[in-house]
Parts: sequence; structure tokens; C-alpha cells
Amino acid sequence: MELKIKGWDINFVAKKIANNIPDGSYVNLGIGIPELVANFIPEGREIIFHTENGLLGMGPVPEPAKADPELINAGKKCVTAIPGACFFHHADSFTMIRGGHIDYCVLGAFQVSQEGDLANWSTGEPNSIPAVGGAMDLVAGVKNIYVITQHVTKNGEPKIVKQCTYPLTGKNVVNKIYTNFAVMEIIDKKLFVKEMAPDVTSEFLISVTDAELHFI
Amino acid sequence: MINKIVNSTAEAVADIFDGATVLISGFGEAGSPIELIHALIDKGTKNLTIVSNNTGSGHVGLAALIENKQVKKVICSFPKTANSVVFPELYSKGEIELELVPQGTLAERIRAGGAGIPAFYTPTSIGTILEEGKEKRIFNGKQYVLEHAIIGDFALVKCLKADRYGNLVYNKTARNFGPIMCTAAKTTIVQAKQIVELGGIDPECVVTPGIFVHRVVEIPNPMEESVLVAENRRYPWN
Repeated sequence: MELKIKGWDINFVAKKIANNIPDGSYVNLGIGIPELVANFIPEGREIIFHTENGLLGMGPVPEPAKADPELINAGKKCVTAIPGACFFHHADSFTMIRGGHIDYCVLGAFQVSQEGDLANWSTGEPNSIPAVGGAMDLVAGVKNIYVITQHVTKNGEPKIVKQCTYPLTGKNVVNKIYTNFAVMEIIDKKLFVKEMAPDVTSEFLISVTDAELHFI
Repeated sequence: MINKIVNSTAEAVADIFDGATVLISGFGEAGSPIELIHALIDKGTKNLTIVSNNTGSGHVGLAALIENKQVKKVICSFPKTANSVVFPELYSKGEIELELVPQGTLAERIRAGGAGIPAFYTPTSIGTILEEGKEKRIFNGKQYVLEHAIIGDFALVKCLKADRYGNLVYNKTARNFGPIMCTAAKTTIVQAKQIVELGGIDPECVVTPGIFVHRVVEIPNPMEESVLVAENRRYPWN
């Protein structure tokens, strides 16, 4: 099903998230779409990016000639280290995560429930190779969990749902959901719509969401 | 005199026995001790349990060890990376066992093993299928799951510099699991790009204290897994 309403461009959504992250924050970005957030940090704000394979102060992708296969991010892509960066081993890295020292984590999602359950690591298909990485640690420990995702799947199925059907990454862990159609916040296990894209109406949003929405 | 330096990778891995649990450092290719793994392939040790974050890529290094049918089980957080073909195929055919562990839990289980802590409670995986069958307990109103320490018979680790006491420093994000794996094995075997004189590493900058290391072998020009994969190389060499 091709939707006529497109909402915001995903880069614009990433920019919205970036604008919401205060100066001085320590931030972990998931692999893929969440990485876009790093492109939109407002001028003058100092944000330190953490990558769970062992680097605080991750900088942008290097030019190919300067790429170092031993300086990579969690997606195993070559990155750089900013002046003031530091390296550490995995137990320290997950102490930062699980111990509540990281302020924000932005993740992708297969599904998010109206109570803030997140499914983003497995579709549960019988033949798939299960792989979890650090996702469950991030949602268990980071102070603010933001999800960035298209509002519906490529086939038009809702990703914001009453209950996740895919295996969970964590229960009641998501604080805010940023989609191409709306910004939503989960407060006391209720899903509140904070903002909608200009071409999105509440009727339309309800029609592409399989969850109980509260409009304020 | 203490001298942990050995002259060859073959000598370094000579006593790894069938059925051993082997911790292997690396996050993808960064920090993967490919020359030590190849020595283990040459040796042909079987029925290994491998603890490593990934399962290797292409047909070299860790992937080649698995392809050579030397591994019965992997304890791992992310067994399918780009260019990872060997593990997925064997796993789909039911020919290799997988214990899937969240990455931070894997790290902490290894840290605990090295620190003499038999088990610990963590919030990670609560409410998910990975908590199933595990003991749970509530602290301060929040639920936690019991996870057990991992101790290896051997650890294979890659670092940048070592001295004959076994003091180590690493290179950038290739550090990853190295320091904790060094602490959590009965015998820790390290490949270093450079072996320096005692005092050649500033004591303030030692990352792994030598007490955790048993053998060091110098590999001045370690191979790059991604280059070998791009060239479609296989180990034993095609």
C-alpha cells in the first residue's frame, strides 16, 4: 500500500531529535537510521558520542585513505576519534551503559508498543540467525531511550502497536518515538502525541497506528 | 627470570586440548588474533567451545576455525556480521550450538570470571526471551536475572605492544574484549605487533598488567581479515 501522505523526511526527523539533545550529553546512536542524528547537532553544542565497542568521543567517518580497521563503530564501520576521545574495554563500555551513565540512546525499531516495549533485534522467523548485540543492555541502562523509525513498514503495516508480536528487546523502556508522521511520548504506559507532520491529521495518524493514541 | 615470550604461534597454542573453552578477542576483525587462530587450525584441536563477540567473516580466522569443524559451540552476542557465511550455514543445518548472550552480559560474565565472582544479577534481558529459564530476583522493586561467570581454559588475544612480563597496550577500538579475556582464562596467549624492552611501556599506560598474561608471541605484520575476505582467501591457504 502506497501512502499519499509522506510526513517528514527522515533527515528532518533526525534533526528534531538532535535539537532535543542538550549540550554536554553523552549519546549512543544505534546502527543505521539513528546514525543520521549525528549530522544535525546544532552549532555550539558539545555532544559526546559513545560507541559500545569501546570509544567515547566518536567523530565522523574518515576519508577512505585515513580509514583504520582498528578504529570502528558498533556497526563495524571505520570512524574517527575526536580530540579528547578515549578508548576502553567492553566491561567498562557496558558499565557506562548499564550503570546509567549514558544520557540518551537513539535506536531503530521493528515495533514499539503503546507501553514502551521495544522489539528491534529479531523478527523471530524460524530460520533466522539470532543476533542481539548490545541492544538489550542499552534499553536496560540508558536514561532516555528514543526510537527513530518510519511510522509503518514497507508494506504499510503499523510499527506502533498495542503489543509487539516480535521478540522484545525490553519492556517499558522507550521514552519517545519519532516517526515520519509524528512525535510521541510514553508517560505512565500511555502514548501521547506531541506533534504531527504538517500533512498529517489525527484521523490519519489513528488509521496507520495500531495503538491507543492520546492527543493533547 | 620471567620471560613469557614464545617464538612461534605453533608453540604458543601447543597445549590447547580437545574440548577446551577458548576466549577469542575481537569485535569483528578489530582485535581478532588471526595468526593465533590459524595456528589453532594447523593444530586441528576439536570440540572447542569458543567465546567471542562474533563468528568471523569469509573463510579466514575465526570463520575458518568454525568451517574446519573444530568448534562444537559458540557463546556469542552477534553471530551474523557482514560477510559472515560459515556460521549461518552450519547453524541452519544444526551442526553447531549457539548460546546467544547480550553483549554487555557477555562482557560482564567474562569480567566476573576473571574477578573471582561466580555469578551476578543484571537488568539486561528482563522481559525478553533471553531471560527464560534463568533465576530472577527483585532488588529495590526492580527485577534482575542471574548470569554466571565465564572462565576459559585459554584466551587468544591480540594487542599492540607487550613486554616479557606480559604487560600489554592495545590499539584503539581493537582493545574491546582483550583486557577482560586476559583476566578470565587459565592460560592467556597474546599476539603483539611489537615486543618492547621492560620499561618500554609507561607503567601509567599499561592496560593489561602482566600478571594476567602467560605467553606472548610477536607478529609484526598481522594480516587484515577484511583484506583477506575481499581477496576471497581461505585458510588453510587456497
